[in-house]
Amino acid sequence: MSPYTLPAIVAVTLATVVIGVYGLRLARTTSDFLVASRMVSPTWNAAAIGGEYLSAASFLGVAGLILKHGVDVLWYPVGFAAGYLALLLFVAAPLRRSGAFTLPDFCEARLRSRRLRKLATAFVVFIGWLYLVPQLQGAGLTLATVTGAPYGLGALLVFAVVTANVALGGMRSITFVQAFQYWLKLTALAVPAIFLVLAWQAADRPAVTPPQGLVFTHPTTVVVEHAARLTAPDGSTVDVRAGEALTFAAGDPVPRVSTVDIDDGLDWLLPGEANGERNLFATYSLMLATFLGTMGLPHVLVRFYTNPDGRAARRTTLVVLGLVGLFYLFPTLYGVLGRIYAPQLLMTGETDAVVLLLPGAALGGGTLGQLLGSLVAAGAFAAFLSSSSGLLTSVAGVLSTDVGRGSVRDFRVAAVLGGILPLVFALRISGLDVSQVVGLAFAVAASSFCPLLVLGIWWRGLTDVGAAAGVLAGGGAAAGAVLVTVLGPPLHGWAATLVQQPAAWTVPLAFAVMVAVSGLTRRRVPATVGATMLRLHAPDTLRL
Amino acid sequence: MPTTSEPTRPATTRVRVVLADAIRRAGTAHLDRTHVELAEQTRVGDALVRGLVRAQLALAVRLALVVGIGLGGLPLLFAVAPPVGQAKVLGVSLPWLLLGVLAYPFLVVVGWAYVHLAERNEADFTAVVQRDER
Repeated sequence: MSPYTLPAIVAVTLATVVIGVYGLRLARTTSDFLVASRMVSPTWNAAAIGGEYLSAASFLGVAGLILKHGVDVLWYPVGFAAGYLALLLFVAAPLRRSGAFTLPDFCEARLRSRRLRKLATAFVVFIGWLYLVPQLQGAGLTLATVTGAPYGLGALLVFAVVTANVALGGMRSITFVQAFQYWLKLTALAVPAIFLVLAWQAADRPAVTPPQGLVFTHPTTVVVEHAARLTAPDGSTVDVRAGEALTFAAGDPVPRVSTVDIDDGLDWLLPGEANGERNLFATYSLMLATFLGTMGLPHVLVRFYTNPDGRAARRTTLVVLGLVGLFYLFPTLYGVLGRIYAPQLLMTGETDAVVLLLPGAALGGGTLGQLLGSLVAAGAFAAFLSSSSGLLTSVAGVLSTDVGRGSVRDFRVAAVLGGILPLVFALRISGLDVSQVVGLAFAVAASSFCPLLVLGIWWRGLTDVGAAAGVLAGGGAAAGAVLVTVLGPPLHGWAATLVQQPAAWTVPLAFAVMVAVSGLTRRRVPATVGATMLRLHAPDTLRL
Repeated sequence: MPTTSEPTRPATTRVRVVLADAIRRAGTAHLDRTHVELAEQTRVGDALVRGLVRAQLALAVRLALVVGIGLGGLPLLFAVAPPVGQAKVLGVSLPWLLLGVLAYPFLVVVGWAYVHLAERNEADFTAVVQRDER
C-alpha cells in the first residue's frame, strides 16, 4: 500500500467539509438550503451537476465493465452522457420555468393532485436509496482495497461526512463542494491516464488482444476465492480449491477462471456476438434506460431548480453534456489498458478495482506510481462523497417537504434519517455489482419519472389518474424487476435478459398506460392546463 | 478638493438597481393586448402558445431522431453488417472509435444546435407578441 493514499483520502474529505462550512456561512434561509436561492451561474451549476452525477459507477464501474466485457458495455458511458441530451431536449427549460422545488412539486403544480404527489415522493425516495447503496458500498470496497481497512469503515466514513455536510449546509454549500469535486475527479483520472499512455508507448505498445492470449506483465499472486476450473490458452485445465493462492511469473499466459464471467479476444474486441438477439435486446434496453433515465433521477433534477431561468437551465445542461462527455473519455482508457497491466482482475472478477490498481501496476511501485495511485483513490472518494451528497439532498428535500413541514429543522432530521437505511443495506450486503444496481436505478427512473415529465410538459391531455397509473405500471414493473434481480434466484435465458434489462418493456408500458388512462379520464384534465403550459413554454424575456 | 468618488459609489449602485426596477415596472405597466390575451387564455393567446409548444416539440423530436438514428442505429448496423464492426480506422477498431470517442462530440454538437434553434423559436414568439404591442 502506498504511504500517500490515506493522506490523500483525508485531504479530500477535509476539503469537502471545509468548503461545506464556507458555504454554510452563506446559507441562511430555507430557500438557500433547498435550491441555493436559485442564483447559481450556469458554469458553476454545470460543474456541480457533473460532480454530482459522476458517481462510483462512473469512476470505478465503467472501467471495470469495459475491462470485463469490452466494446458492448461502451454503451453505459455513452448512455450516461446522452441522458443529458434527452434532458436538454425535452425537460430542462420548461421544468425550470415550472418553478417547482422538487419532482413531487412539479406533479402537484401540473396535475393538481396531492395523491400523485405522495406517489412521486415514494419513487424519489426509492430511486435515491437504490442509488445510494452502491455509493456506500463502493466507498467500503475502495478503502478496503487501498488501505486494507475493514469493509464497513469506508461506508461509515462517507455516510458520516455526507450526512453532516448535507444536514448542516444544505444545497448552497453542496453546490461549491460538487463543482470542486467534478474538477478533482477529472484530474484524478486524466493525469494518471497521460502517464499510463506514455508507459504503454515506452513499452512498445503491447497489444490489447494478442493472438496468443493475455499474459502477465510482472510476477503476480492471485488468490482464487471460489473453487473453480482454470483453462489455459492451450486448452489444458487445472482445478483449484477455494482460497488457493496461485503464483505467475512475468510472461505466463492468463488462464480463464470458470466462475468469472468475462469476454475474451474477439468477443471483447468486436460488438455483439454471443446470444445475438438477446444481446441486441439488452443493448437497446440499456440505451433506453440510460438515455431516458437521467431526466428522472431526483438528484439530477433538483439541480435544475437552482438555475435563474429556463434559458440558463438549457445552457447549463449543454455545458454539463460537454463536461460529462470529456470525463467519459478516460474510463475507457483504463479498461483497455487494464487488459495488459492488471489481467489478474479478470481471474478474480473484482474488475471495479482496475482504476485504483492500474497506476501502480503499469508504472511500478516507485514514487510516481504511488502518487498517481493515491490521486486516483482521492478521486474515487470524491465520487462517493459528491454523488451521495446530491442523492441525500434530494431524498431529504422531498422527505422534509412532503412528510415534514419543510422547515430547515425538518430538512436536517430528514437528511439523517434518509441516510441511515441505505447505510444499513450497504453494511449488510457487500456482493452487489455497483454498475448493475446503478443501471437498474436508471431503468426505474426511465419507467416512472421520464414519461411523467415528458407527457406533463408536452401533452395537455395528461390527467392525474393517468399519470399515477403509468407510474405504478411502468415504475412498479421496473422496481419489481430490480427486487428480483437483487434479491431473487438466478435466472437464465430470455427471463434473465427481460428482468435484468427491463427498460425496453417497462418504458413503453409506462407511456402506453399513461396515455390510455388519461384518455379514459379526460374530464379530469385540470382547468389550469392552459396557464401551466404558458408558464412552462413562454420565453423568459416576456416575464409573463 | 480630494476626490469624492469613494462615498458616492454606494449611491451609484443604488441608482442602477432603481433604474432596473423602473424599467421592469414600465415593462409590465404597458401590458398590451397580446400579453393580456396570453395571460388570460383567450383564443388568440391560446393559439399562440400552442404554436410555440408545437414548434419546440417538433424541434426536440427531430433532434432526438438524429441521435436515435445516429447512435441507436449502430448496434443494429454492427449486427447486420459485421464487416463494419471489424473495420479499423488509424489502427483503432471502428466501434471503439465511434462509441469511445466520437459519440461525445456528436452529442454536444446536437445539444448546441438545439439550444441555438430553441432560442430562435422563442425569439420568433417574442417578436410576434411584441409586434402587436406597438
